[in-house]
Amino acid sequence: MSVGAWEAFLLVLQRELRLSFRRPDQLLQPLVFFLIVTTLFPLGLSVQLSLLRDMAPAVLWVAALLSSLLSLDSLFKNDADDGTLEQLALSGQGLTVVVVAKTLAHWLVSGLALVLVSPIVGTALGIPTAAFATMLLSLGLGTLTLSWLGAIGAGLTIGVRRGNVLLSLIVLPLAMPLLIFGAGATDRAIAGSSAAGAVYFLAALCVLTCTLAPFAAAAALRITLE
Amino acid sequence: MLQGVSVSLGPNELVHISGPNGTGKTTLLRVVTGLLRPEQGSVTWHGQSIVRDRLEYQRAMAYAAHEPALKGDLTAVENLRFSVGLKRRAPLKELQSALEVTGVGACADLPARVLSAGQRRRVSLARVLAMRATLWLLDEPYANLDAAGSDLVSRLLQSHVLAGGLALVVAHRDLTLDCAVRRLELQS
Amino acid sequence: MWTWFYKLASPPYVYDVAARLIPWLFGVAALTIGYGLIDGLGIAPPDYQQGEAFRMIYVHVPAAILSVTIYTLMAVASAVALIWRIKVGHAVAAASAPIGASFTLMTLVTGSLWGKPMWGTYWAWDPRLTSELILLFLYAGVMSLRAAFEDPARGDRAAALLSVVGVVNVPIVHFSVVWWNSLHQGSTIVTLEGPKMPGSMLWPLLSMWLGFMLFYGAVLCIRVQGEVLNRERQSAWVREAVRS
Repeated sequence: MSVGAWEAFLLVLQRELRLSFRRPDQLLQPLVFFLIVTTLFPLGLSVQLSLLRDMAPAVLWVAALLSSLLSLDSLFKNDADDGTLEQLALSGQGLTVVVVAKTLAHWLVSGLALVLVSPIVGTALGIPTAAFATMLLSLGLGTLTLSWLGAIGAGLTIGVRRGNVLLSLIVLPLAMPLLIFGAGATDRAIAGSSAAGAVYFLAALCVLTCTLAPFAAAAALRITLE
Repeated sequence: MLQGVSVSLGPNELVHISGPNGTGKTTLLRVVTGLLRPEQGSVTWHGQSIVRDRLEYQRAMAYAAHEPALKGDLTAVENLRFSVGLKRRAPLKELQSALEVTGVGACADLPARVLSAGQRRRVSLARVLAMRATLWLLDEPYANLDAAGSDLVSRLLQSHVLAGGLALVVAHRDLTLDCAVRRLELQS
Repeated sequence: MWTWFYKLASPPYVYDVAARLIPWLFGVAALTIGYGLIDGLGIAPPDYQQGEAFRMIYVHVPAAILSVTIYTLMAVASAVALIWRIKVGHAVAAASAPIGASFTLMTLVTGSLWGKPMWGTYWAWDPRLTSELILLFLYAGVMSLRAAFEDPARGDRAAALLSVVGVVNVPIVHFSVVWWNSLHQGSTIVTLEGPKMPGSMLWPLLSMWLGFMLFYGAVLCIRVQGEVLNRERQSAWVREAVRS
């Protein structure tokens, strides 16, 4: 009669998604932040699409990184504050399954949302539609990896004062390779050359992180709970 | 800092942990749950260290912390479903009746944030009931409850212990129960 | 052999060993660094391509090697502390972090100073310097995380986990920065690698590297003593040691 890992994963995923959708304002805020940040650059630079196009991948990625970081802070904090994190830790399922479900749910409502909105932003920044496939793929892989890195950071900074600043300080250096390969891939796609190499590296980083990060994040949570 | 504490219990036994504030009652309970690792000493279940098969041990226990530990945005029954559901497959009717036993059946479909402190305590008790665990670890289960609520807690503890369960209860007040109660008094 | 490892887990033993090692480490470090500086800065012939400026290599390269080595050692000590719950590991990691960060800063500063005669500018996003900059951020993250917790034991463990995660990242960061830099192949044909090394140039470099390592060891011993005293301040042996 005990509950298997897959069933538990689905249950936690359902819980997370249900909680997220009951607070739609909190879902939209990072998205709006993303749009605002991407607007800042044309305002600060120039109206000419040709100039913007050079900066476009970088702008897109930096904005995506920053807005993901905003929403990552609350990944575990809410549960830690009301005591439900302890219940999850004692649920008989192990924290790793819980972490995988929570992080995936987080990506679905934040990272994936960014990816879906990116064509609009991309057009506004002058990215040609031919480059969209690479842009979407690289953003998808990148935001997923970032969710994992952020889960580790969030797990470590739960009880800390102004933890969101520390979270950014911890996660951004780890995310720099993502930025390099992700923006690099989109850059090459815009230039018309093959972005395959960069996308493969991005995918490799994603796989590496997806495999190792859950254990690191679960360990981080155990440290916080002690 | 807890030092020199040793306690053991078997079926049909309840240990009441008491003592002044700050002596480490909650810490002791958390060590027993496995959330805290003792620097020296160990916790064993069925003769084996709990570190060995942590998940098995967790499935046999139910922990109610000082905080009722409910998600404010979920209803009472949803809260139960998402926490009990990780330990065992409990049909919705069973969760509903657990809430009725603890007197909050009418609140089943209300979001937890609109419930009073006493009602939330009752929901967390319902969770302990629904988990059908052998070992109950309760931290201040009487907090925020009126006289009827306190009677309820005592009755639930009694029936659990008499049916073969084990319980470790941290409480400030004295426990007057119809079953054998051993007392562990912590001193600073 | 295992008994020696076992003894190393004991704070008072580490305190004593550190005390005895310090004078030796400082002594040999002074000799090797002294030789390296005199030979490298004074005696060795100037490079035909870069002239006297290349002498920066005698400080820059050993500092760079140390910055990465110390991070790795910090991560290993952290892993030992996390897995086997040996608290001395945390003391070593905490003691190493600022030293490693200083070496990273030294690498950046000497690299920047070297860059001026080479590229005409103090900073040109050279792959090695950019990796070092990111390494500095990683150090900053570990040190900030440790300091952010009110409970020092928890801070130790959190920082330990972060350093282990970071050490996996160090090669990834380095590789990605090299890739990134190759995309934007500028006019930097002359890199901060320095010329091919004949013996007269190599010996001072190796000596500097060894000297820096020993210096790190000496400073580490001092800092570990401080860390151990601080962490164990409740225990009896510390009161004895402080009294004597």
